[in-house]
Amino acid sequence: MNSIELENVSKVYRRYNRRRQFATLKSALLGGSLLRDLRPDETFPAVREMTFTVPKGRTLGVIGRNGSGKSTLLKLVAGITKPTVGSVRVEGRISALIELGAGFHPEISGRENVFINGIMLGLTKREITRRFDEIVEFAEMHDFIDAPVKTYSSGMYMRLGFAVAIHVDPDVLLVDEVLAVGDEGFTHKCLDKFAEFKRRGKTILLVTHSLGLVERFCDEALWMDAGRMKAMGDPKRVVGAYVTDVEVSEEHQLAAGDAKAQTSAAAVPPDEAAAGVLADHPVETAEAPDDMFRATEGRWGSREIEITAVRLLGPDDAAGHVFHSGEPLTISIALRARVEMDDFVIGIGIFNAEGVCCYGTNTNIEEMASVRMIGDAEAAFTIERLDLVEGTYKLDVAVHKLDGYPYDYHRLLHTFRVKSRTKDVGIYRPKHEWRFTGNVGFTAGARKL
Amino acid sequence: MLANLARLVRYRGLVQSLVARELKARYRGSVLGFFWSFINPLLLLLVYTFVFKYVLPNKNPAAEPYSLFLFCGILPWTWFSSALMESSGVLISGGNLIKKVLFPAEILPIVTVLANMVHFLLGLPILIAFLALAPGHHWPPMTEVAWFPVVVLVQLVMTTGFAFLLSALTVHFRDIRDILSNILTVWFFATPVIYPWFDAPEGTRRFLSFNPMTHVVVSYQEILFFEGPFGHLPLLLLLGAISIVFFLCAYFVFDRLRDTFAEEV
Repeated sequence: MNSIELENVSKVYRRYNRRRQFATLKSALLGGSLLRDLRPDETFPAVREMTFTVPKGRTLGVIGRNGSGKSTLLKLVAGITKPTVGSVRVEGRISALIELGAGFHPEISGRENVFINGIMLGLTKREITRRFDEIVEFAEMHDFIDAPVKTYSSGMYMRLGFAVAIHVDPDVLLVDEVLAVGDEGFTHKCLDKFAEFKRRGKTILLVTHSLGLVERFCDEALWMDAGRMKAMGDPKRVVGAYVTDVEVSEEHQLAAGDAKAQTSAAAVPPDEAAAGVLADHPVETAEAPDDMFRATEGRWGSREIEITAVRLLGPDDAAGHVFHSGEPLTISIALRARVEMDDFVIGIGIFNAEGVCCYGTNTNIEEMASVRMIGDAEAAFTIERLDLVEGTYKLDVAVHKLDGYPYDYHRLLHTFRVKSRTKDVGIYRPKHEWRFTGNVGFTAGARKL
Repeated sequence: MLANLARLVRYRGLVQSLVARELKARYRGSVLGFFWSFINPLLLLLVYTFVFKYVLPNKNPAAEPYSLFLFCGILPWTWFSSALMESSGVLISGGNLIKKVLFPAEILPIVTVLANMVHFLLGLPILIAFLALAPGHHWPPMTEVAWFPVVVLVQLVMTTGFAFLLSALTVHFRDIRDILSNILTVWFFATPVIYPWFDAPEGTRRFLSFNPMTHVVVSYQEILFFEGPFGHLPLLLLLGAISIVFFLCAYFVFDRLRDTFAEEV
């Protein structure tokens, strides 16, 4: 038996437009339809042609980027908004954890609010009285239940709201990204409660950005993109496809960002930049800034040797901006010397998002004395294993004289992102392994929180 | 629409507790607490009595004792005007409920009207005390007092109708709230609260009779204050019938606009 059925459901919102206010009102009044009189460019489809079913007792995780229509989908299932087209059918009592404690009145006590909120969510007074202690227990609120809600911390507020909503004993539970409400311990309890719901054969629809949770906890995953269903099925497979897609678009973003930084560094006339008129702008000057280590992104140098291109190459020599921890990375620097040069040093520096230098080296440090360069040349700097933790990194690439006189200095103009399945912290991940002896045992896979 | 109306019956428990919450929350934190429900009308009465006894004395002996006459009109008027004023903003301030909880929106204006009705009812003991204490004033006959609940009911139906209409339209036109306070001032003077109905000139009276609140207030006054039969009864019953039709129309508008609330508030 299906507990949630959506058939060809679309939800179209009106774009905000004061002048057309009256049109909406009129068409709502006369036609019973909100959008009839609006042109297509005045509307915005938040959910488009969604058709899916969730069998009873299954847990469906909904993933997707911000603005992909996940929350609208949840509201449609909850019945809070009506679909513009199509039909939504839900079997049994629904409890929607969309905004916790949405109905709380700040002036009255937690106790009274529990009752009113419970009634709002469809319980009777008697049912609430019976579950009251359990609710308070769950929210860990014994000491404050009789204080007015306005005195609660936001965590307390959310916990109480969560506790009431979860004790409604729904057949269908809709959860919208609310697990971030408490400390570790509380999140724990929430997940336990969800697991209990699952065991009791309830249907759960979970909207979340926590992909790990979807993989561990859901029977099925639904990936939404721009209001459409992009994929639905086995959580591991759908999450994997989603992660890949996010990487691809990050790649585009980083490429666009780099291009922008480089063109705007090239666009600023040297004298203006030197005068510091556009200090927050990537600058291009002939002179190096006074304090090299405080310099923000920019480009400077005499260009006797010019860096014509910098490319980052992944494992298959594919140029890109997103790499995986532990895989090889090659920084390929294309150079051009207008006349024959014999005094030059090529260097690179890797910085993390906080501006900490993760690694820096140059040809001179590594005891390579320059002999000559003329015309086009290329320098490739290969890192065999990119052992950095996940994050965004920026590159300095430079070619200069031995005494530091810059030919071409690219300061933080190139960005790349390192991805990793392991969420370790710090900067550097040494190649490592764990070994255990004695009475201690582990199995594969992370423990559920 | 009728199905939605019937559904409301299931939500009576919620309405009940929301009204209770409204009343509790209003005086939470004040020293006198619930007594304000009595003190407020009393103070209002004092102010009006002062003005119309010493500043602008009432010249009509039929409306004596004047403060008692005033009280019969002010109590229901306060219910009506505060209910309208509050309901005009109720969907906007309750936006969180409409957007985040599965919740029939019409409950919010209904709760506003009912909470104000409770205030009205709490003012009645004071009115009764005044009726009993006023020197030389007759005690209204039971046959007339029996009609009192009917007047309350007519006012309730009519006020709820207005509340539906105002709350739904204010979501789309926030200007209504500002216009409303001015309209209510005019409306107050167009209702025979501070002057007796029969004192108004003939032409004006005809005009005033288009004001539904006129008939409600006159009915209260005839039942509680003036001696003689309850002559306004037929007009009241007519108003009752019109109110029911008006209520249904207002609910129809509300129901049609229902789906826009979650998007507009």
